Order: sequence, then structure tokens, then C-alpha cells
Amino acid sequence: MIDPILEELQRNSRSTPEELAKLFHQDAAAIAAKIQGWEADGTILGYHAVVDPERAGHTGVVAFIEVKLTPEREGGFDRIARRISKFSQVTSCYLMSGGYDLVVVVEDVNLRAVAQFIAEKLSTLEGVLSTSTHFQLKVYKQSRFTIQGESQSGRLPVVP
Amino acid sequence: MNNLASKISRQLQQIPKSGIRDFFELVQGRDDVISLGVGEPDFSAPWHIREAAIYCLESGNTAYTSNLGLLSLREEISHYVAQYFGPVYDPKTEILVTVGVSEALDLAFRALLNPGDEVIYHEPCYVSYSPSIVMAYGKPVTVHTRLEDNFALRASDVAAAITERTRVIVLNFPTNPTGAIEPVEELEKIAKLAVEHDLIVITDEIYSELIYDDSDPSKVPSHTSIVSFPGMRERTILLHGFSKAYAMTGFRLGYACAPNILTDAMMKVHQYSMLCASIIAQKAGIEALRNGAAEVEKMRHEYALRRNLMLDGFARIGIPCFPPGGAFYLFPDISKFGLSSKEFAFGLLEKESVAVVPGTAFGVSGEGCVRACYATGRAELEEALVRIERFVGTLG
Repeated sequence: MIDPILEELQRNSRSTPEELAKLFHQDAAAIAAKIQGWEADGTILGYHAVVDPERAGHTGVVAFIEVKLTPEREGGFDRIARRISKFSQVTSCYLMSGGYDLVVVVEDVNLRAVAQFIAEKLSTLEGVLSTSTHFQLKVYKQSRFTIQGESQSGRLPVVP
Repeated sequence: MNNLASKISRQLQQIPKSGIRDFFELVQGRDDVISLGVGEPDFSAPWHIREAAIYCLESGNTAYTSNLGLLSLREEISHYVAQYFGPVYDPKTEILVTVGVSEALDLAFRALLNPGDEVIYHEPCYVSYSPSIVMAYGKPVTVHTRLEDNFALRASDVAAAITERTRVIVLNFPTNPTGAIEPVEELEKIAKLAVEHDLIVITDEIYSELIYDDSDPSKVPSHTSIVSFPGMRERTILLHGFSKAYAMTGFRLGYACAPNILTDAMMKVHQYSMLCASIIAQKAGIEALRNGAAEVEKMRHEYALRRNLMLDGFARIGIPCFPPGGAFYLFPDISKFGLSSKEFAFGLLEKESVAVVPGTAFGVSGEGCVRACYATGRAELEEALVRIERFVGTLG
């Protein structure tokens, strides 16, 4: 089972060991050591703010690219998937079941830049059979956060 | 028509208005208040449950249901109750769907009481117990629970309150307003008393899912209801509903499980007064019971963390507070500040705009304590703690 403190950090990575100590009634120093351990062994990969791209003034484009691959005799899809993941434009990369093999999420400054990345880098990689690109038009929910969330329910201030 | 007041029934005139009402008026309309005075979740009902209600409307399901409630809902209830509480109830004859537990409680009293019959219940308690008993022409008999027992109920106190006129014992664990849970040994003794004196037990289980382990917020402790003891199923009315665990307060949906003779009697009152619970709420209830467990656990876990946060805060400030095993309330002991619970609550509201409910709103034995509900966002709870600390700092 996943450690509840790690779960809590996935919801709110800004929680400090002191805050977590209050929530879980555990020693703050022990929690800090735990977190350091996760950071060191790669369990925690990093921290970032989840932003509404529109409000943040994000002008770039995001594309979801379906990629078909030829698996290799040794290693299957891993070597090529890792290779694709190294490009800085690639923000996520997943191996999928179904009609294609990878979903590669690419972010770049504009459409032309994404097209260039696909034409010059992605498609030309040995083992890549075909790509099919879908551009993101609007974000409704991002990393568990709905954009334009709900208005707070109008609870009465005092209820028996 | 000059003296309209005299037209009100004497029975009703003798019932005082809820003590919480004055306080509500005071808080109402102030927008700077952090309210720890609520008695409901801050979450909206989980989306899949709301979606089921919307679908019910979309598909034109807007008619009355059976007086007992939709059979499919009663089947889900039967399944859930068997799993969570133990006893198996026949969905066709032993389950009645009501408009919240409040209605079910009213039905039970009206079904059971003859004028002057005594009903034993424990205080501090939910505000409607005593008035509901009186409105059913019964006599409320209060047994006080004590801070030194963490507001658990002593079976010996129940025994001492039993007379020849006693008909019913009402239990509510976890308790609103204290969050208390009842030790299994005491529960067993109370069960024996009920059997020995041939009494009916009404157990209000509305907070049953919201229970906490002191050392591990992820751990769900087991819950024991009085209905699971020998000889109890045949004399217990188990009341439960969707308001707290599923954050469905506004749906107004509850139910009663009991032997057929009892649900039949309650049904008589229900069919002539309420007819049936809203079909929309009932459809939402089916969805809640079928697919709601994960959401319930998510909310329970969040309450567990907030409970720790608040207990930690009160300890830091120096306000004694026992760690209650359930519900979403803390019942801190503010007696050392030399104020009554009402003075403390009014002072805190006045000076620091934090609303807590005076313990006395839930009965005289709540004196010296206030009810602080932690079903509110963590940031607000943190801010409330800062303000409470500042307030008690001025009390010396």
C-alpha cells in the first residue's frame, strides 16, 4: 500500500514536514527523513504547480501523438520509448494497449515547432512506423483539478 | 383574532425553541466568520451520485415511489446493512426509506409511545431527540454522559433511569455533538438491560462510517452497533441515512431497519404524512450504496487528518480536548477559562469571528464545552486555531 504521507504529497506537494506532522501525528523530523529518502531513491520525481494554462497566459501548443513502433528483439519498446522521452519537448510518454504503442505528449511554442519535431526527430527514429498527431484545444481538468471548479455549496453557518 | 399565540397547541407551546437558533441569528449575515458551527460535510455530494440524480430527472422519473421506498434501494440497503452492521433485514418487509433520519426518528417515537411513556436518551445529544419525544406525547428521560468518560454512556446510569414506564432507549454513537463512541463492553451491558426489561432500542447510526484510529488516519476502525448483540435484532430500530458519510444532507434521505411489526407501524405514520421520500434522492441513494465506498473513504480520511490537525492545535493552545472516536466534531473543555460555554462561544464570535456552538445547546451536560466542527477546509481550520489562541490569550 502507498504510504499515506506520499499520497498527501501527491495532492499537495507544498505540505511541509511540520504540517504533515500535525495531520498524521508523527514526528516532523522522521517525516522529513522519509521525504528525503523518496527524493533520493526516485520515488518522488519532482514537484510542480498545476496551473490553468489560459490564466497563466500559456501561448504554446500541446499535442498528443499516437506512435506505432516496431518492437525490438531484446527490450521491446523500452529503448526507443526512453529515447523519445529524452527530448525536452516531450512532457509525458506512455506505453499503451490498443491500436498504437505510445502516446507522446509534446509541448512547444507553436504548431510549426511541433510539426518540425515530428517530421525531423520523431518520425525519423529507427523503429517508428507511423505517427498520428492530435492538438489539444482546451483544458477542462488537469492533474485532478477541474478548471473553473464548482462554486462552494451554500452551507448555513450554524447547523445542529 | 387577537391572541394567536393561544391558538398554538399546548403540547407545542411547552417545547422551547432550539438553543442553537439564537446563535444562528447572530452569525447569519456576517461574512468574516469562520464557522466551526456547522453540522454537515463541507464536501458536495460526490459527482457520480449527483449525476445519478440528474439522470433520474432526465429520464422523466418524477413520480411517487412505493411508500416503503424503491425496492431496488431497499435491496441495496439490506445488503449494505448486513455487511456493515451484521443483521440481515428483508428488503420487502423490514426496511422503510424516510426523509432523513430525523423523519425516521419521529416515526419511531409516534409508532411506539403512549402518552407518558418514558424514553431514555443520552446527553449532550442532537437537539431534536427531546422535542421529538415530547411531540409524540412521550416523556424524555435524560441520562448524562460525562467528560471524564469521554462522553461514553455508562450502562449503570441507564439502569438507574429505567422505570416501569420506560419503553425505549435511544443511542447515538458516534455522537453529535461530542464525537464520542461507546465502548463495546458498555454497549453489551446496555443490550442486556434492554432484553431484561423488554425495551425497544432506537440506534441512530448516522455517523457510523466516520470513525477514526488515533494513531493511523488511514486505518478504518471497526464499528459495533448494539443491534449485533444477542436478542437485539428483534427489539432494535436501526436508523441510518446518507447525509454524513456520503455528504448528501440536502437530499434528505434516511432509512429504518426493524422487525416487520415495527416498520409496519412506522409506515402507517409515514404513508399518511410524508407518503414517500423524493424519487430523485432515492435514485441517488442507490448509486451511493452501489459505488460510493471509495468516495466515503476519501472523505473519511480527510476528516481524520483534520481531526489530528485540530487536536494538535487545541493541545498547543492549551485547551483540553479528548480525542473523539467518530463524527466530525471536537468537544473541547473550555471550563478552565472561567466562562460558561455560551459566554465563551459568544465572546469568540464577537472578538475573533469564529463560530463554535455552546455545549449547552445540546443539553445541560454540555456545559463547560463547545462543539467545534472540523468539516471545513484545512486552511480555515488553521486560521480558526490562530484566532482561538488569540482569544483565549485575552482570558488570562
